[in-house]
Amino acid sequence: MSAPSASLAQGASAPARPAKRRFDRKKWAPYIFISPFFILFAVFSLFPLLFSIYLSFNQWEAASGVEAMQWVGLDNYKYALSDPWFLRSLGNTVWLALASGVPQHLVAIPLAAFIHNSFKRSRNLVIGIYFLPFITSSVAIAMVFNTLFSRDYGQINVLLEWCASLPLVGGLFPAESIDWLGSSLFIKPAVAFVIFWRYLGWNLVLYLSALQVIPKDLYEAATIDGASTRQQFWYITLPQLRPMIYLAVTLTIMGNLQLFEEPFVLVAESSGVSQSVMTTAIFVYKTAFSSGDFGTASAISWLLFLIIASTTWVNNRIFSRNERREAK
Amino acid sequence: MKSSIPGAGFPAASLLAALTLAGMANAAAVAVPVVPAAPVLPALAPATITVASFPDLDRAVKTALPLWEKLYPQVKVKLVSLQIDDHHNSMTTALAAGARLPDVMAIDFRYVGSFAESKGMEDLLQAPYGAGQYRDRFVPFTFVQATSSRGTLGAMPADLGPGTLFYRKDLMDKAGIKEAELTASWESYIAAGKKLKAATGTYLLAGASDLADIVIRANLKDGEGIYFGDKGQVLVDSPRFVKAFELAKAARVAGIDARTVAWTGEWAEGFKRDKVASQMMGSWLSGHLAKWLAPESKGQWRVANLPAGALASYGGSFYGIPKKAANKAQAWEFIKFMTVNKDIQLHSLKEIGAFPALKAAYADPMMDEPQAYFGGQKTRLLARETAAKIPVIRVDKFDAVARDIVNMELESVLAQDKDIKTALADAKALITHRARR
Repeated sequence: MSAPSASLAQGASAPARPAKRRFDRKKWAPYIFISPFFILFAVFSLFPLLFSIYLSFNQWEAASGVEAMQWVGLDNYKYALSDPWFLRSLGNTVWLALASGVPQHLVAIPLAAFIHNSFKRSRNLVIGIYFLPFITSSVAIAMVFNTLFSRDYGQINVLLEWCASLPLVGGLFPAESIDWLGSSLFIKPAVAFVIFWRYLGWNLVLYLSALQVIPKDLYEAATIDGASTRQQFWYITLPQLRPMIYLAVTLTIMGNLQLFEEPFVLVAESSGVSQSVMTTAIFVYKTAFSSGDFGTASAISWLLFLIIASTTWVNNRIFSRNERREAK
Repeated sequence: MKSSIPGAGFPAASLLAALTLAGMANAAAVAVPVVPAAPVLPALAPATITVASFPDLDRAVKTALPLWEKLYPQVKVKLVSLQIDDHHNSMTTALAAGARLPDVMAIDFRYVGSFAESKGMEDLLQAPYGAGQYRDRFVPFTFVQATSSRGTLGAMPADLGPGTLFYRKDLMDKAGIKEAELTASWESYIAAGKKLKAATGTYLLAGASDLADIVIRANLKDGEGIYFGDKGQVLVDSPRFVKAFELAKAARVAGIDARTVAWTGEWAEGFKRDKVASQMMGSWLSGHLAKWLAPESKGQWRVANLPAGALASYGGSFYGIPKKAANKAQAWEFIKFMTVNKDIQLHSLKEIGAFPALKAAYADPMMDEPQAYFGGQKTRLLARETAAKIPVIRVDKFDAVARDIVNMELESVLAQDKDIKTALADAKALITHRARR
């Protein structure tokens, strides 16, 4: 095997050309091999991204074709910011993000620690059970929860009714069936619960994986020093989990601010109360497809992007400041 | 293009033969028109046309296909069907991109305003289509629904939904309620609801918003719009809306509505479990009731006119051709086959309860057939009578947006005791803001 010598020999007999071609091939091969990703990225990610920026400065009735675009400058942004439904959708999104996001972590961290310590062989099975909702189709989830939340025929109300009939504690429960998905008072908590239920398993897996890499020596040393389980959780587990908490909270912020599926499939769009759980992502969809206003929908998407980016940045600052403070 | 289809239909002999060949149930029940003299079918080039539709309308196409294939063996039909909203979203996207468009596009009445306004659809009034010659054969309001503000015709009407009151006779009998009490006025309808609730514990209405919805769209004058006036002014604070909101509120206060939303699981359960005793909707609901909503209560349902002599149109379907369709000649022939052909229209009525938009179908003896599901009542005669009286309503591309906003304000009135005047003023302000373009 003597590729270099062969090329040298060729180079000597027929100067430059073949050598140059081979050289080019080597130079370009990696780019060609890696090109499918870039081509797909350009077609399916970069182009839509750039197109949606351009679209947000245009008025466009999509059904009339690309020719129907009209440049309107910042008009779509001004219009979106003056729309009461946009502001309401932002309020709904933040409400749902907090009500479903905060408990996810508050429950997932201690639960992960508990599963990590208590289950040995059956741990994977338990994790699997918690993770199942995350991989279940949202349509199936909607069907199940629609049935559970049903006012007249739902299991939750049946259970509440049974509780209300108990002798001493009965008075604590509502006497009448609750219209979970039909009243503006209960619809938000009901939807938030479904989101919490769905993403708890995801966070649990993140925290469990982080728990597994905490050195055992720390706990052994703490045990020798006489630290209780609770002290070990507060002074070892939680600080060691910080990088993962940062990642998980960041993912939750990004995911929850883009909430779409759960409220969309759980609540009939035509019902008046659907406005109570209309997130910004649903509002984008409605603006585009119900109102046929794709320009404004793009503008709202970019406003949502700015909000997510700045919230993530704030989250980053909070975590890094805490870290700096601790380093001191 | 001059139509070579004589009168309202295709050669009767071949129709009958094809229906028999296709093994369709009760083919003989489809009326046989007088055989026209040697009809000439247009020579169509061989092609495969794509028809994009949605359930249940796709069944109308599916069951008519054997006859189409008999008449035009060289033109194959590929039927693509998506859920109703997905279908219209995907059609909007296809029109936007100008690619992957079907040859024939089915359009539901909720979307026909915006699709007809779109510049991506063929104007069927122009050559070679010349749909104008068929205008007089259709119930007048259907053509207007598919006509844009520029005067173009975006789609041909296939079926329509005369507003009908469906009610449970057995439950009314139990409560001692006569049909006249249900239909005399809105007040007597609500009073009957209270009586029914007291006697049987059954709700009269699935949702109070249904009542508001029908009052909003009932008894309009020819040329009037539901939400918008002829100069685009927003009408939602007019007495019609105030009355609608007041009646819905009265029904809610009386506790006679099951507080469900149409087409949800809870709504369907209401019928299945005998919890809801009436529903106001297009006459096509009969098909849904018999097939999946309440097959068990066969023979117990009846139909009547809407309360207070209200006349309203509920739904309807249309077929259009996108400008960038590949096989327009074949597509137009197919659309005529589905819409101008009396026998196919009657067939759709039989199969899916789609009430014909074509007037020629109204003279057929099929209209007189008693319906077993409705205890032998001749329900089609009632629908026919209503269809003839429905006014020509102007549609607006922002109708769907306005409906959303009005629904939301109605909910605040019903559930949160918002003042009706304030709610309607808020709705007006928001609709004006949305329809700024």
